[in-house]
Amino acid sequence: MAETRLTGSRIRERRMSQRVRQADLARSVGISPAYLNLIEHNRRRIGGKLLVDLARELKVEPAQLSEGAGQALVSGVNAAAARRPEKDEIETDRAEEFAGRFPGWAGLVATQAQRIEELERVVETLSDRLTHDPHLAASLHEVISTVTAIRSTSAILAETTDIDPDWQARFLRNMREEAQRLSNSAAGLVTYLDAGAEAREMQVSAADDLAAFVEAAGYHFEVLERPAAGEGELAILLDGAEELRDRGARDLARRMLVRYLSDARAMPEGPFRASLAATGGDPARLAEGFGVALDAVLRRMASLVPAEGEARRGLVICDGSGTVTLRKGVEGFPLPRFGAACPLWPLYQALARPAQPVEAFVEMPGQEPRVFRCRAVSLPRPSSSFDAPPVHEATMLIEPVEDRGGPVLPVGASCRICPRETCGARREPSILGGRG
Amino acid sequence: MAKQILLIEDEPNIIEAISFILSRDGWDVATHANGETAMDAIARHAPDVLVLDVMLPGRSGYEILQDVRGRAETAHIPVLMLTARGQKKDRETADRLGVTRFMTKPFSNAEVLSALREITGAA
Repeated sequence: MAETRLTGSRIRERRMSQRVRQADLARSVGISPAYLNLIEHNRRRIGGKLLVDLARELKVEPAQLSEGAGQALVSGVNAAAARRPEKDEIETDRAEEFAGRFPGWAGLVATQAQRIEELERVVETLSDRLTHDPHLAASLHEVISTVTAIRSTSAILAETTDIDPDWQARFLRNMREEAQRLSNSAAGLVTYLDAGAEAREMQVSAADDLAAFVEAAGYHFEVLERPAAGEGELAILLDGAEELRDRGARDLARRMLVRYLSDARAMPEGPFRASLAATGGDPARLAEGFGVALDAVLRRMASLVPAEGEARRGLVICDGSGTVTLRKGVEGFPLPRFGAACPLWPLYQALARPAQPVEAFVEMPGQEPRVFRCRAVSLPRPSSSFDAPPVHEATMLIEPVEDRGGPVLPVGASCRICPRETCGARREPSILGGRG
Repeated sequence: MAKQILLIEDEPNIIEAISFILSRDGWDVATHANGETAMDAIARHAPDVLVLDVMLPGRSGYEILQDVRGRAETAHIPVLMLTARGQKKDRETADRLGVTRFMTKPFSNAEVLSALREITGAA
């Protein structure tokens, strides 16, 4: 059972919440109050029988005391802190303690920070639209010009007592014309904005919807594993997906599923698992054996439901700009939802070296640093045009590694929540102290 | 003798309304609706003051203002600029190019008259 250095804090928190005196608890497990005090302040490591005894007295499972908060929750809290300009006032070095002691509140903080970020993206998108949409700018200009003409003309009619009847008739006609024009402009603007609503929503959330869809399924779609799977199965998946809230998201998901289906047909699960075992999980040999591209093998490996004793595999795919287009998370390897990730990821190294596979054992920082084997490759996407510039896509498979004897590459999730202060790839300061 | 004002604007009903109130206020009003030939119209009329829209067919009001300030024979003309775009950067652009007064639409007739009197010293 993994033990973090905050086990003592959780024991203290639990004891105090149950209003048990330190001396009483110490006596009940056969240790001195002074020793329990050291444990509670994380100055003595604890495990084995004593941990079990304390857990029994505190009426909790030992794991509740010994296991730290989920890395995802800690990352979420850190990401929330990273967004605050006055971050110096936040005890970022106690994020794990906070998440461990108050998981509900920590979850709320992380979720709300995430929601704020989503809403900021909506505002940014709408602001961009107002600034750069030529049709919208022209429509608004038309409305304002019309209002100007009406305002000026109506003031003349209302304030000029000795106006010539011919001029009066002329201005009345102008008013009617402008009123009609204003009505048409306003109606056109409303129609345009209504029609654009779905497109705006797509820009804001389609990628997020796809990420939620992939995450909910764990990038494994059982119905597409059937030998005869086809359009019908695709339709079932897409129609039943609550995460896909609009046409844009469904289009993205469909594209992803079509490729998944193609991978499943080329590498049926049974033979693929057998080959995986026979080759020791070597993607190059698997690609050769099934006659497919290397990135297809990486996707296929990530799509498998972990067998007994096997760890979940993660997957990240990005386009040539580095924008992540598909993600399947894995515990301990946080994938930033927005913004750029760590440039040291083999994913980005692969992007710089098209068609050359890149492999690295990377270490993610944290209270308990985790090591992952990452294998990546960048390949051009098929094109039907001779003169179009090549469009590359990089794919990276992420596999947790229990024991890595050799050297590892220190990486992070993204600079803002990475403690590796002296990292040569750093592009902005971290909100965390240098702990890595 | 009435001071001459040249109104460069492409919206016919705005032209008509502003021309009317300026005429009644004692101005000798000339109008022009095309950005591309605006400098010719300015040279022809040699106005005492220029009222200039920003969004014009052919050439923007900013480009015309730049030319007005760049030519010795027109550099001194006070320019009242009218625009439906009142963002800070629009105002800054106009200021940088040497506008005398910048006014955003929709404006009132009284505001236009007041601004013109101020910039021509006729108040």
